[in-house]
Amino acid sequence: MEDMIFYDRLQFAFTITFHYIFPQLTMGLSLMIVYFKWRYLRGNEEKYNDAAKFFMKIFAINFTMGVVTGIPMEFQFGTNWAKFSELTGSIIGQTLAMEGMFSFFLESSFLALFIFGEKLMGQKLHFLTGFLVFLGSWASGWFILATNSWMQHPVGYEILENGRFVLTNFSALFSNPWLLPAFLHNQIAAVVTSSFVVASVGAFYILRNKNVEYGKLFLKTGVLFGLVSSILLAFPTGDLNAKNVAKYQPAAFAAMEGIFETEEAGAEIILIGQPNMVEKKIDNKIAVPNVLSFLTYQEWDKQVPGMDQFKKEELPDNVPALYYAYHIMVGLGTIFIGVMFLAAFFLWKRKLYRIKPLLWTIMFLFPFPYIANITGWYTAELGRQPYLVYGLLKTSDGISPTVSSGNTLFTLLGFVALYMLLGLLFLVLVGKTINEGPKPQTH
Amino acid sequence: MEIFWFIIISVVLTVFFILDGYDFGVGIIHLFLAKKEKDKEVIAKSAGLFWDSNEVWLVTAGGLLFMAFPTFYASVFSGFYLPLIIVLWLIIFRAIGLEFRSKFNFQMWRDLWDKAFGVSSLLLALFFGIALGNIVRGVNLGGVENGVSTYEGHYFFLPLWNSSFSPLTDHPGVIDWFTIVIGIITVVTLAIHGANWIVLKTNSSINNQLKKVIFKLNITLAILTAFSLGIWQIVNPNSLDNFVDKPYLIIFPIIYFSGLIGLFFIEKFKKDIHPFMLSTLLILGGITSSLASMFPVILPSTNTINESLTIYNTSATEYGLSVALNWGIIGFILLFVYMIIQKRLMGGKIDKMDYGH
Repeated sequence: MEDMIFYDRLQFAFTITFHYIFPQLTMGLSLMIVYFKWRYLRGNEEKYNDAAKFFMKIFAINFTMGVVTGIPMEFQFGTNWAKFSELTGSIIGQTLAMEGMFSFFLESSFLALFIFGEKLMGQKLHFLTGFLVFLGSWASGWFILATNSWMQHPVGYEILENGRFVLTNFSALFSNPWLLPAFLHNQIAAVVTSSFVVASVGAFYILRNKNVEYGKLFLKTGVLFGLVSSILLAFPTGDLNAKNVAKYQPAAFAAMEGIFETEEAGAEIILIGQPNMVEKKIDNKIAVPNVLSFLTYQEWDKQVPGMDQFKKEELPDNVPALYYAYHIMVGLGTIFIGVMFLAAFFLWKRKLYRIKPLLWTIMFLFPFPYIANITGWYTAELGRQPYLVYGLLKTSDGISPTVSSGNTLFTLLGFVALYMLLGLLFLVLVGKTINEGPKPQTH
Repeated sequence: MEIFWFIIISVVLTVFFILDGYDFGVGIIHLFLAKKEKDKEVIAKSAGLFWDSNEVWLVTAGGLLFMAFPTFYASVFSGFYLPLIIVLWLIIFRAIGLEFRSKFNFQMWRDLWDKAFGVSSLLLALFFGIALGNIVRGVNLGGVENGVSTYEGHYFFLPLWNSSFSPLTDHPGVIDWFTIVIGIITVVTLAIHGANWIVLKTNSSINNQLKKVIFKLNITLAILTAFSLGIWQIVNPNSLDNFVDKPYLIIFPIIYFSGLIGLFFIEKFKKDIHPFMLSTLLILGGITSSLASMFPVILPSTNTINESLTIYNTSATEYGLSVALNWGIIGFILLFVYMIIQKRLMGGKIDKMDYGH
C-alpha cells in the first residue's frame, strides 16, 4: 500500500512538473504577443509585428508540448487516482470539463488562425485572433486554479453517506476565497517566465551581434514586463496567498515557514537554514525577529502557531521539501525584482545595451523563473498534504485500488524515457527557432 | 438527465473519432502507400495541420465523462490502466513524428519521424478498436475469484491478455480474439476515412490510386463486419435485444450500412467530399450502434455477482448535471461559432498552405 501511494505520487509529480514547463510560458507569452500586436496596430512599425509572429512560433511549439503532456494529466485522475475521481468527480469534473469546453477549443482554433490567416483577414482581425488565444490560455489557468482551489479549500459541497462529495453550489467554486489570489499569483508568475525568456532572447541577440534591432526590442519589452510582473508577484499577490495559507492551512504555514516552536509574542521570519526533523529546529538559521507576524497579521507581536500546535497527522508529511520549495520560490522572486530593477534603471539611463555583465546575467537567468514557478506549485501541493481535499480526504485514500505498484513503476519509467526524448527535441526545436530569429515582413 | 449527458458525451466522443480518426487514417495510408517525397510531405501536412485541435475533443470528452459519470471514469480508467497509458504514449509519440518531421531538411531525419507517425497511428487505431471491443464484451467487475469480489463491485483490473486469448472465460484480458477483430475493423475503417481525407484535402499524386485502395479496403470491411456480427453474438448473446425492444434504434446500424454500401461506388462520385461523408457515416454508425446495443449499460459485468455499470449507477447528482447543462449549452454554441470561422478560413486543398508549426 505504501509503495503504491509513493509511485502514484511520484508519477503525478513528475508528469505535472514536466507539463507545467509549457503552459507557464504560453500563458505569459500570449499576453506579450497581444502587446506586440497592439503596438504594431497603433504605430505601424513592422518590427512589432515580426516580434508577435516570431513569438507565436515559440508559443506554438510550447502549445503542442502542452497538449501532448496535458492529456496524460487528465487521464491520470482516472488511471492512478480512481478513488479520488470517484469521490470528487462530480465537483472537480465540472471545472476540468469547462476547461476543455471554454479554453482549449478557443485556444486551438484561433492559434491556427493566427498562424495561417494573417493575409486572409487583415491586421485588426489578426490582432483579435491573438487576443482570443490569450483569453483561451488564461481561461485554462482560471479553471485549473478553480479546481486546485477547491482541493485546497473545499466549498459548495456536501458529503454523502458513501463518502462521495456532491456539488451543492456551483457559483461557490468560483467565489472561493482561495481562487482569485492564487489565480493572479499564478498568471503573473507565468508573465515573469515569459518576460525573462523574451529578455533572454533579446540579450542573446545583442551579445551575439545578430538581429540586434530585434534584440533591443525584446530586451526592452522583457525588462519592462519583467519589472512590473516581478513586483506584482511579491506584492500584493504573493502576500495575499501567504495570508490565505496562514488562515486556512495553519499547519502548512508553520511547516513552510519552518516554525517548529510557537513563540510567545511575535514570530521571526527564517531566511536561510535547514530543517532538522530529529531535534525539531532549524540548523544554521538566519532569521529576522517579529517580521513574520507583521507580514502575516500587520502586528509585530501577534502569535503565529508553530508545528508544535498540530497533531502529527495534520502536518504535511514532508516538511523539509515544503520548506525548501517555499524558500527557493521566495528567494528567487526577490532576486528577480533586484535584477529587473537594475536592468530597468540602466534602460532608463540608456546604457543597458552596452553593459555586458548584466546582459550575460539576463541571458542566463531564464531557467530560474521556471524553477520558481515549479517550486511555487510544490509549496501549494506539499502544503496540502497529507490531504487531497484539505482536511477531508487523505491522499492515501485517493489512489486507484486495483493498480499495483509494479504497474505504476512501469508506466513511470515509460513516461521518464518518453519525456526525456520529448524534452530533448523541444530544446533542439526552440533553439533552432531562436537561432533563425524573427523574419522581417516581405511585401 | 443521465440520458441527456450520455448522448452529449457520445456525440463528443464520436466527433473525436471522426476528426482524429481521419488523421490516424492518414498515418496508416502514409505508412503503406506514400512513396514520393512530395506526397509524404503533403499527406503528413493534411494531418499535421489539424491533429491538435482534433485531440481537444478527446480532452473535452474526458472532462465531461469525469464530471457526469465519475464512477465510470474512475472504474474504466484504472481498470484499463496499461492500455490507456500505452495509448497516451502513442499519442505523444505520434505528435512528435508529425511535428518534427519537417523541421530538419535531410532524408534520414524525415524517414525516421515518418515511421514514428505511421506506426503510432496504426497502433492507436488498433488500440481504440480494442478498447471498443472491451467495452461491449465486458469485464470481470469487482475482480471476482471463486464467487468472491476482490475489490468494490465497480472496480476491476484487466491484464493485457490471458493465456487463452479468449473473451469467453471468467477473466478476459484486454487483447483477445474478439477485441482484435474489432481492432482490425477500426484500422480498416480509419484507413478508408483517412484516404478519403487525403483525396479531399490534397492534390497528392496517389489520389486516384487511393480510390482503388478504398474500394478494396471496403470489401475487406464488409467481410469483417459480417464476421464480427457473428462473433459478437457469441460474446454477447443479448446484443440484439435493444433493437428488438426499441425498433427505432435500427437507425444506427442503417447509418453504418449506408456508409458501407455507398463506398462501393467510390469511383463514381464527382465531389471529393461525398466519400468522406460516407466514411464519416461508417464511424458514426459503428460507434452509435455499439452503444445502442448496450444502453443503458456502459460496461457489462462478466460475472453474476456484481451488476453491470450503467448510466444510472455511475452518474453524478441531479444538481451537478443540470448546472453543467447550462454552461454546456453556451460552450457548444461558442464551439459551433469557432468551427464556422475556421471552416471558412481553412477550407479547400492545403497543398499551398504554409506549414507554420
